[in-house]
Amino acid sequence: MLHLTPLQIEDAAKALYIQALKSLPPDVKAGIDRLAANERGETAKSVLQTMVTNIRVAEDTNNLLCQDTGIPIYNVTIGRNVSLGDGAHFDGAALKAAIIRGCTRATTEHPLRSSVVHPITRKNEHTSCGAGVPVIHIDFSDSPDVLELEMIPKGSGSENNSFLKMAIPAEGIAAVKRFVIDSVIAAGGKTCPPTIVGVGIGGTSDLCVHLAKKAATRALGTLSTDNEAAALEKELSEAVNLLGVGPQGLGGDATTFAVHIELAATHITMNPVAVNMQCHSARRARATFTPSGVSFGF
Amino acid sequence: MAHHELSLPVTEADARCLRVNDTVTLNTTLFGIRDASYIALFDKGRSTRFDLSGHAVIHTAPNVRKVPVSAEHPAGYAPVCIGTTTSDRMERFTRALMQTCGVRFIVGKGGMREGSLAAFREFGGAYLAIVGGTAALETTWIEQIEDVDLDDLNPESLWRFKIKGFGPLLVAMDSHGNSLYDAVKDDVDSKRAAALARLGVSA
Repeated sequence: MLHLTPLQIEDAAKALYIQALKSLPPDVKAGIDRLAANERGETAKSVLQTMVTNIRVAEDTNNLLCQDTGIPIYNVTIGRNVSLGDGAHFDGAALKAAIIRGCTRATTEHPLRSSVVHPITRKNEHTSCGAGVPVIHIDFSDSPDVLELEMIPKGSGSENNSFLKMAIPAEGIAAVKRFVIDSVIAAGGKTCPPTIVGVGIGGTSDLCVHLAKKAATRALGTLSTDNEAAALEKELSEAVNLLGVGPQGLGGDATTFAVHIELAATHITMNPVAVNMQCHSARRARATFTPSGVSFGF
Repeated sequence: MAHHELSLPVTEADARCLRVNDTVTLNTTLFGIRDASYIALFDKGRSTRFDLSGHAVIHTAPNVRKVPVSAEHPAGYAPVCIGTTTSDRMERFTRALMQTCGVRFIVGKGGMREGSLAAFREFGGAYLAIVGGTAALETTWIEQIEDVDLDDLNPESLWRFKIKGFGPLLVAMDSHGNSLYDAVKDDVDSKRAAALARLGVSA
């Protein structure tokens, strides 16, 4: 049995937000190095080199990689035999409250720019929190005695270029492919390329968009668990990198690290596709709680 | 592809010297502006006590720490992390920014559109591209937060930064009607068919 307290969750939620903003996962660093090594454009090479330098400066100065603290997203995966609160039950409301407190403390104690406002009044509470924010997703796993807390600060440059198309079956997979290409072209340099292009295929409209986000925030080097989708990921990655958008939209080979796909079954009348992109500063951080303690990684 | 070291403010002639693909390093002063401060100035009729004439603005809202006012921190803010946001959202304000405030340069990322290009040509100015998402590096080019106005909009206040060696930045749009973004867009449009063909899809 894994016994957790709300304070453990709160402290981790705070630490993860700050960690995610300061150090990139190794797969993303390796991804930038790989694109820099293969880039042929002179301006593009220089842009990619500046990104490499920035990662080093952020580490050397213990500073944030990017000023955009994003919309905070916490993905919680709860294994079997986990209690939170009284040692016997899992208090889900306490989990949510602890995450909100941790997110607030990261913002006020570090301090971080609160990038979150009320959507109508535009009032900023300076806590990175508000109605429905931080975004908290809760899922469950078969693994015993473990709770995973993933944090993603989703930057707005990439998030503002999110696309959904409720294509129809008669348009086939061609509609999906064309939509991905045209979404990348429409986004141009606004998403801070090179990006991870996340594609959701299937589901309902809301699930499709969620899948696209899940795909965009997946670790580089991972493949879709669906064989058809994995083959399509490779095909689309190559095609997107033929477009010449390049780093920062200034032209070049490196438009995407990879196209990632997540899928769900859909209705006989539906063929939905969504695109959500993650910028080159593809930030994420993860805390894993087990009976032996908490470990922080990516 | 010349490199220019410029101290702000600059003259119209200085601004018209710049050509796309030149690089620029800025010194002395840089003003931070973005969505809410643009809306306040140009949609809501508010004004600023800052004289932006001949100056450069950067599209930013910084991470700052509130500190006591001192010689080191005259505005009561210490910089934490200062970077650049996507410029395209602010496209419709460029003309007013140049015409009524006399701004010469916009430092931003991702590029701007034809309205801005026309304003750069008409008034004499340029768009200086910074590498988005590299704020840790950018912060090392900022010496101090000198002043702040419209601070009820914090963090989207109007900021005045003291800068040293801010760059190199890439001249991506100039006063001669040239835009690297237009050139890339034309190139990408011409490559779309090949990318779709690779996918076995008709254009």
